[in-house]
Amino acid sequence: MAATKTRPFLLDFEKPLCELEARIDQIRELARENNVDVSGQIHELEMKAEQLRGEIFSTLTPAQRLQLARHPRRPSTLDYIQAMTDEWFELHGDRRGSDDPALVGGVARLAGRPVVILGHQKGRDTKDNVARNFGMASPGGYRKALRLMEHANRFGMPILTFIDTPGAWAGIEAERLGQGEAIADNLRSMFQLDVPIICTVIGEGGSGGALGIGVGDRLLMFEHAVYTVATPEACAAILWKDASKAPQAAAALRIAARDLQELGLLDAILPEPASGAHADPLAAAATLKQALVVGLEELLSLSAAQRREGRYRKFRQIGQFQEVR
Amino acid sequence: MSLFDWFANRQKTEPAIQPRPEREIADGLWTKCSQCGVLAYTKDLQANQMVCLECGHHMRTNSHERIQQLIDPQTWTPLYEGVQPIDPLNFRDRKAYTDRLREMQAKTGLTDAVQTGTGTIDGLPVALGVMDFRFMGGSMGSVVGEKLCRLIEYGSHEGLTVVIICASGGARMQEGMLSLMQMAKISGALERHQAAGLLYIPVLTHPTTGGVTASFAMLGDIILAEPGATIGFAGRRVIEQTLREKLPEDFQTSEYLLQCGFVDAIVPRTQLQKTLASLIRLHQPGSPPSAEPPPSDSNSQHHSPDTHAHLLPPTPQS
Repeated sequence: MAATKTRPFLLDFEKPLCELEARIDQIRELARENNVDVSGQIHELEMKAEQLRGEIFSTLTPAQRLQLARHPRRPSTLDYIQAMTDEWFELHGDRRGSDDPALVGGVARLAGRPVVILGHQKGRDTKDNVARNFGMASPGGYRKALRLMEHANRFGMPILTFIDTPGAWAGIEAERLGQGEAIADNLRSMFQLDVPIICTVIGEGGSGGALGIGVGDRLLMFEHAVYTVATPEACAAILWKDASKAPQAAAALRIAARDLQELGLLDAILPEPASGAHADPLAAAATLKQALVVGLEELLSLSAAQRREGRYRKFRQIGQFQEVR
Repeated sequence: MSLFDWFANRQKTEPAIQPRPEREIADGLWTKCSQCGVLAYTKDLQANQMVCLECGHHMRTNSHERIQQLIDPQTWTPLYEGVQPIDPLNFRDRKAYTDRLREMQAKTGLTDAVQTGTGTIDGLPVALGVMDFRFMGGSMGSVVGEKLCRLIEYGSHEGLTVVIICASGGARMQEGMLSLMQMAKISGALERHQAAGLLYIPVLTHPTTGGVTASFAMLGDIILAEPGATIGFAGRRVIEQTLREKLPEDFQTSEYLLQCGFVDAIVPRTQLQKTLASLIRLHQPGSPPSAEPPPSDSNSQHHSPDTHAHLLPPTPQS
């Protein structure tokens, strides 16, 4: 079937829609072969498909959203950079003995303005994913990120970070090299920077590994992206003592963009193309670019001190508690 | 019945040594060391700050005991006790978060997993935060984040050294993303404190993991650890599962972190107060410059000539 051929990674909840689209294609093909006019019927079916798409994507469960956020065809950091920037030069290495392919960054020109862009990088296929460690950065990745952010600060270039990771890498070597210290240092250092910082969750925002490049003046999030304190799988294993309860955990943890907005953590939700960012990466990139350009303009009108103060206030007010006297 | 039979029967019916539950019975008269198994009179053990008199193993000690161990008598002033947890996500796993909170509060007498306040350590005023592992594994949610932030900001304002005794499994999942963001919030407060030239010393105790390790535990100007504590970012089991291999015995211990260069020193609990006091003295803005070294024979004799030096705004070091 033509429709499934173009979309080899089909999620369960996308199936009815895909079947309907395949049927439309079939009818169209038959009509063409037999020279019959079925445009009325096709139009009706397409309307139905559109309605179905709307229903499916407006009622996604948190677990389904997680699947979308992890979709293998979802645009990655490098995809967005390719699509958005006029110029791009990738910079490598943490200058401490490693270059982490799971976290990429470099200098770029966005809408005429020099910027530093960095983000987690997942792989396209299995082989690529192994090389990129599935977007799970090591201490060297976080230290490279910091090096690039300090570079940006020195040259007055705004920083754009793209978050897309299941979490920071959990391995012997990562612990030996100080995974905790590397992330902690970034959290603190990002408060010191004078230049504007805009962080965008483009796919999966996994825990401390996401936050390690997530302290900024603005936090944006794509409509179907998720951001979570711990992966629902880990949360289910710990709190439910049963990893198969991940869908319940995904719902309880409130990981969707709308949830984060309700909690006051988000500055804007970026709408995605009808079937998700992977269905039309260029449209998603255009949305992102527009949001970043507008955001940068706002931030560049402030002084460095105002930005630093605003960044501190932004995070300082996060948290919900009661005050008993 | 032969003597042999008598022995055989006796072993079956009544084991000579009753298996004793561990220190969970807080008012138990005797406590068994979880390391060497030696029984100690609980009062003696408490007098030795819950460090085994036989093998030196550091047993768990709660936040009340910690404050007693560190802070000079009658100088502790608790701060921000009124900041108390709510259930922002309406979270429920196998149990509702609100029920869990109520149970923990009843069990520990605490409102959440950290106590904050001021007091003096050997006469030196400090802003002290003490995490309590008994309260939901010392996990960090909104209250832990807010109390620590207020404490650090208070310390910055008053020119005090901030000391945080860490004991935590990491971010509290029941408050979702609000918990994760506390990592950034506290790191931001520390950035300001340190930029003002003020000292921050975290003390890592068993266990310090996850989001606490990836934020304020690793941001000290000086980082101390208790002997044998588990300190790490990812949990041992998580790593074992991902890598499908057994990890070395000393992996993620204080001693391992010292070797890897992530802590400055391992300090036995019984030495902690003295060590903190001498470190704070060494870093006081008003303390004599290196041309005039402090007397090396005893720490206790060397009091800052001006006891209010700590309250003055920090002077830039030349």
